[in-house]
Amino acid sequence: MKILVPVKRVVDYNVKVRVKADQTGVDLANVKMSMNPFDEIAVEEALKLKEAGKATEVVAVSAGPAACQETLRTALAMGADRAILVETDAELQPLAVAKLLKAVVQKESPQLVLAGKQAIDDDANQVGQMLAALLDWAQVTFASKIAADGGKLTVTREIDGGLETVEVALPAVLTADLRLNTPRYATLPNIMKAKKKPLDTLKPADLGVDVAPRLKTLKVAEPPKRKGGVMVKDVAELVAKLKSEAKVI
Amino acid sequence: MSALVIAEHDNARLKPGTSNAVTAAAKMGGDVHVLVAGQGCAGAAAEAAKLAGVSKVLVADAPHYAGALPENLAALVTPLAKGYSHVVAAASAVGKGFMPRVAALLDVAQVSEIVAVESPDTFVRPIYAGNAFATVQSPDAVKVVTVRATGFEEAAATGAAPVEAIAAGPDTGKAKLLGQELTKSARPELVAARRVVSGGRGLGSAENFRLVEALADKLGAAIGASRAAVDSGFVPNDCQVGQTGKIVAPELYIAVGISGAIQHLAGMKDSKVIVAINKDPEAPIFQVADYGLVGDLFQDVPELTAQL
Ligand SMILES: Cc1cc2nc3c(=O)[nH]c(=O)nc-3n(C[C@H](O)[C@H](O)[C@H](O)COP(=O)(O)OP(=O)(O)OC[C@H]3O[C@@H](n4cnc5c(N)ncnc54)[C@H](O)[C@@H]3O)c2cc1C
Repeated sequence: MKILVPVKRVVDYNVKVRVKADQTGVDLANVKMSMNPFDEIAVEEALKLKEAGKATEVVAVSAGPAACQETLRTALAMGADRAILVETDAELQPLAVAKLLKAVVQKESPQLVLAGKQAIDDDANQVGQMLAALLDWAQVTFASKIAADGGKLTVTREIDGGLETVEVALPAVLTADLRLNTPRYATLPNIMKAKKKPLDTLKPADLGVDVAPRLKTLKVAEPPKRKGGVMVKDVAELVAKLKSEAKVI
Repeated sequence: MSALVIAEHDNARLKPGTSNAVTAAAKMGGDVHVLVAGQGCAGAAAEAAKLAGVSKVLVADAPHYAGALPENLAALVTPLAKGYSHVVAAASAVGKGFMPRVAALLDVAQVSEIVAVESPDTFVRPIYAGNAFATVQSPDAVKVVTVRATGFEEAAATGAAPVEAIAAGPDTGKAKLLGQELTKSARPELVAARRVVSGGRGLGSAENFRLVEALADKLGAAIGASRAAVDSGFVPNDCQVGQTGKIVAPELYIAVGISGAIQHLAGMKDSKVIVAINKDPEAPIFQVADYGLVGDLFQDVPELTAQL
């Protein structure tokens, strides 16, 4: 089984972004960028499947500006076999990314696409599901455990009430949740090796995909601020305040 | 203009979130219809018919809707969607699963997890873990929108809409639900609870988490948790509050032994009153807390439970 793992370059999860004064977006100048954490989990799972002899090749793919090469190199350093960059400076919305990935799937013919459940920048949680729809494949989102057996996958997924187990036949799109695994760190020797692994670059036009954005962002604003609170000295004061001031108990 | 809201339910009852989605749909400007797809779902359909603002309930009752599998839901909703200006669902695990599928099949964008409706084509949604709010406009003929429940009131149960059976869509046979392991609890549902007590890594173990449970029970509250508490196995996954867990906005949120990472704050900072108990005076949770208590939770939490 060949696995395609889409990876996105996003603002690092430790960074608290600031909204630009002109409200056109968030300020990304000099901000640390990393691989989307859910995509790291997806890469790890694909590598685990390969190490367990269930997968033959792991191909990482990213869509975005040239800087996404870094993200792909991270995936290669973790252990992916090769990488594909669909290079564009255009704003990419989830539907466009799903269309690009569909075109890559048609070129590469993987049996499994393992994506992250959501990107922590736009928090859209759409691409995996959209890709599955465009390919007319099964999808299993929010995976916390994957067992591969021949042409079938048994996947445990995190749902609002607990867990559920779903069986799908390949080909399928899976999206990774937090507890699927703990991603490995790339070691220095593997980072060096990754520099020599193949990284192909394509353009959206090569794939015949129109990536023009659909949604128009009219403004990006600061969230409403909470007014400052107070510190209480002990439990008795807390209880008193909750009763007489906040009136919530 | 009219909106189709896809109900989420367990066949007998609606799940929290659906009635908030109805409120959001009503703000989009037209008639509101609700689709209930399930197996033996007359109970849920009757409940949907009572929601204020709903003018019709459509029911697709068939065995292949039992597990709310996204492939089958999308195959049902997509052809129906063409008759509506808006397709709306709660941004729950189910809604997040099938709605993007519907959007892609319609070749339209999805607007995820809106918290406000500015006009029929313009919506506000949090991005970057709620550190920014984007106002986005959709030019698509059908707007596919998921709704964050905390942004909208629940619709009142004062209506009496007609219920109409519709033909089921195809069984795509793409996926099979083997089973569910649902967390059983007599406590209120986390996303709909008026009070929530959440515990973090500071609790140290599943046994110690009983301190949080005792406090929650005294308050009639739901139990929440940070990712660290879930990852450490103190509580099940469905308790996780945050950017990538559940979004809550109760009247009272008590955070115990939780540091207040951006990802956690994203899920609770719209709570009306926030209380934080943490031994570290520098913990970021205190920046959003209305009442902060610096202290050892092993002493303060039992004391608080006793004093209530
Ligand atoms: C992609 C991604 C998604 C994430 N999604 C979420 C999410 O949805 N929700 C979420 O919560 N996190 C999420 N996280 C994790 C988040 O970044 C933090 O790691 C997590 O919230 C920390 O949990 P915590 O506050 O319980 O643990 P810690 O940060 O370790 O804090 C423990 C706190 O307990 C206090 N403490 C310890 N002992 C005591 C005591 N005896 N008495 C009083 N206080 C004590 C400490 O002072 C400390 O402040 C995500 C992370 C990533 C990368």
